[in-house]
Amino acid sequence: MKPEIDVAELKEIISHSPQKPSSLIAVLQDIQRKFHYLPPEAIKETSSALGVPLSQVYSVATFYSAFSLEPRGKHTCRICMGTACHIKGAPMALEQAEDQLGIKAGQTTPDLRFTLEVVNCVGACAMAPVVIIDEKYYGNVRVDKMKRYLDGVRDED
Amino acid sequence: MECEMKIDSPDKLNAWKEECLQKDAKLKKKVMVCFGPGCLAAGCREIYAKFEEILAERKLGDITLESFKKTGCHGLCEKGPLVVIEPEGIFYNRVRTSQVKDIVEKTLAKGEIIERLLYKNPKTKERVLKYHDIDFYKKQTRLALRNLGHIDPDNIEDYVMRDGYQSVAKVLTGMTPEEVIDEVKLSGIRGRGGGGFPAGRKWATCRGVESDVRYVICNGDEGDPGAFMDRSIMEGDPHSVLEGMIVASYAVGARDAYIYVREEYPLAVQHLYQAIDDAKEHGFLGENIMGTDFSLDIHISRGGGAFVCGESSALMKSVAGEVGEPRAKYIHSVVKGLWDKPTVLNNVETFANIPLIMNKGGDWFRSIGTEKSTGTKAFSLVGKVENTGLIEVPMGTTLREIIYDIGGGIKDGRKFKAVQTGGPSGGCLPEDKLDLPVDFDTLTKAGSMMGSGGMIVMDDHTCMVDVAKYFLKFLVDESCGKDVPCREGLYQLHKMVVKVTEGKASEADLQLMEHLSKYIIMGSLCGLGKSGPNPFLSTVRYFRDEYLAHIIDKKCPGGVCRDLIRFEINDKCTGCTACIAPCPVDAITGEKDKIHILDQEKCTKCGACYAVCQFDAIDII
Repeated sequence: MKPEIDVAELKEIISHSPQKPSSLIAVLQDIQRKFHYLPPEAIKETSSALGVPLSQVYSVATFYSAFSLEPRGKHTCRICMGTACHIKGAPMALEQAEDQLGIKAGQTTPDLRFTLEVVNCVGACAMAPVVIIDEKYYGNVRVDKMKRYLDGVRDED
Repeated sequence: MECEMKIDSPDKLNAWKEECLQKDAKLKKKVMVCFGPGCLAAGCREIYAKFEEILAERKLGDITLESFKKTGCHGLCEKGPLVVIEPEGIFYNRVRTSQVKDIVEKTLAKGEIIERLLYKNPKTKERVLKYHDIDFYKKQTRLALRNLGHIDPDNIEDYVMRDGYQSVAKVLTGMTPEEVIDEVKLSGIRGRGGGGFPAGRKWATCRGVESDVRYVICNGDEGDPGAFMDRSIMEGDPHSVLEGMIVASYAVGARDAYIYVREEYPLAVQHLYQAIDDAKEHGFLGENIMGTDFSLDIHISRGGGAFVCGESSALMKSVAGEVGEPRAKYIHSVVKGLWDKPTVLNNVETFANIPLIMNKGGDWFRSIGTEKSTGTKAFSLVGKVENTGLIEVPMGTTLREIIYDIGGGIKDGRKFKAVQTGGPSGGCLPEDKLDLPVDFDTLTKAGSMMGSGGMIVMDDHTCMVDVAKYFLKFLVDESCGKDVPCREGLYQLHKMVVKVTEGKASEADLQLMEHLSKYIIMGSLCGLGKSGPNPFLSTVRYFRDEYLAHIIDKKCPGGVCRDLIRFEINDKCTGCTACIAPCPVDAITGEKDKIHILDQEKCTKCGACYAVCQFDAIDII
């Protein structure tokens, strides 16, 4: 189920940036931050407000990894795949997370509870491998701990 | 801000600096809580909040909340969260919230040292009291990182106190743009973003192009996995970047400048915005800076998360709000860059060095480092090394000094295998290259590159083919897709490396891969593709045996490639049952106190048992 989008709110967000084509990325970032994804309405509104063709807005929205065209889960589980994390076992942590959530990296659970993402280095290499669930960092992650971390978040809901 | 006046002359700046110093001298003690990326992850916010909480309940003589500063990265991330108490320089590591009260009651109230919070020298097992007596810091020369850990990045007074904006005053009121460029040329500083192009020459070319408008851009799109130098500078000392950009803009004649920073670095974005606001308020940005005709605005452009945007022409497209695809550079961006105007693009660390060069002179700068690579270089030293952290050393320091003297050697006493520099486009160097001096040309000649400064240490548990696979996968994902050699070539190269890790490749494949690499390098449009095969080429150059082990013996010497290894339980097993529950496929059976049995048919080689075993009872074969 897609969440309802308040178009007035969208327009409000868009109005914060100068109404010119060069603001495109900034506007999309602001929308993404608010809604956690770019709803179809956002693409249309941005296009007409900034005077950028729909196709161009779409191409920018799909080029940068910061944007998502699908709604995101309530919680985000990010697995750091920086080099330090990789050589210290991050691929195994990712596999566990995929198993636990039943989705692949980049996907969202059908109940919109979790989105699983991989990120390229969060700068916390001293505690590699690192997993970030919402804003909380888990360092020196052991494969068998993934379930406990995710259960902890589930229990809090 | 107490000082509301605009600083429009060097005299006013000096008077203000004096005022700030006096104010600072009144603080009997300063408690520096590290808010670097590593310490943030390790929980420094909670530490700071605890200090606030205790201070709210308890009077501590003349130590008030003003004495507590949230600083940038101190560097020794391995031991975070870090708390440093000035002026003594007492260095507390691995601080927990439960120990904050002790720090207040003992160290701050009575001047007592808490032994167990001090750094322990891993070799001598002795506790080290002060910051600068720790081996990790002794061999470093901190220029670009000079203020990190010493100032509150959100407080412009802290910056001014440490000679902040002095170079702006000096340059704007006493030097012509040509003189500035000559000084930068004299310093010999080369771009710290990876390419190593002499900054002075770049500036001179830009100034020489006929145009009504010119731009300066700071590249803060640090996308290399395992690198966080630029992030630490933007977060911990944003004014130094602005100051460098102001000087550069004056030198080339720019009226507007941009900082392109990854949106994934929210704290860097926040601190830069704050720094720009404060700089504007005090007249370092805006109209008629230092009472001269020179005016400048610095804008922030947040990147959308695309590695290719670290490439100059792609970055400029992105600043303009478009898809970040590079273009062929028959005409360099310094001639035709942002909105087709002459543009100087330098990276964060380069700009952070500029104020020092202006204040102390190009001759002073070139006295540090080597003849062709002057000054220092910041690195994030990570991987299987004892002291993970942010470091800065003179150019020409050897890899061995960096890894062993500063980094404290390989973690858990394991054997060194390789060090990777230069990010995804760089390469891996083996043990016999450890005595190479680190500078732009030596690293390139050895098949790696300086890059922006990520340095990843690998031990004998790392598989070099897997490392090549990892970087190639990264590049395949990040290739913008504009040209075929990069888009399709890297894709095929990655596929073939995967084949090696699966034990399905032949020696002929290896030759084919080397051929293909040549064509990718020749045919690619931008740096990403041109250096894309490097992860493969450098590993096959120095670790060919390891490739052959995969191909001929069907073995992975590092014990990483899943199709070529199996897990076995040896007789060290005490029957503790710890590994039974973590196994996701119930492949391990056994009773308490009896050696467990692993069913090879069921085993998916996820490594969970290996990770939990406390008795070294699981072998990777």
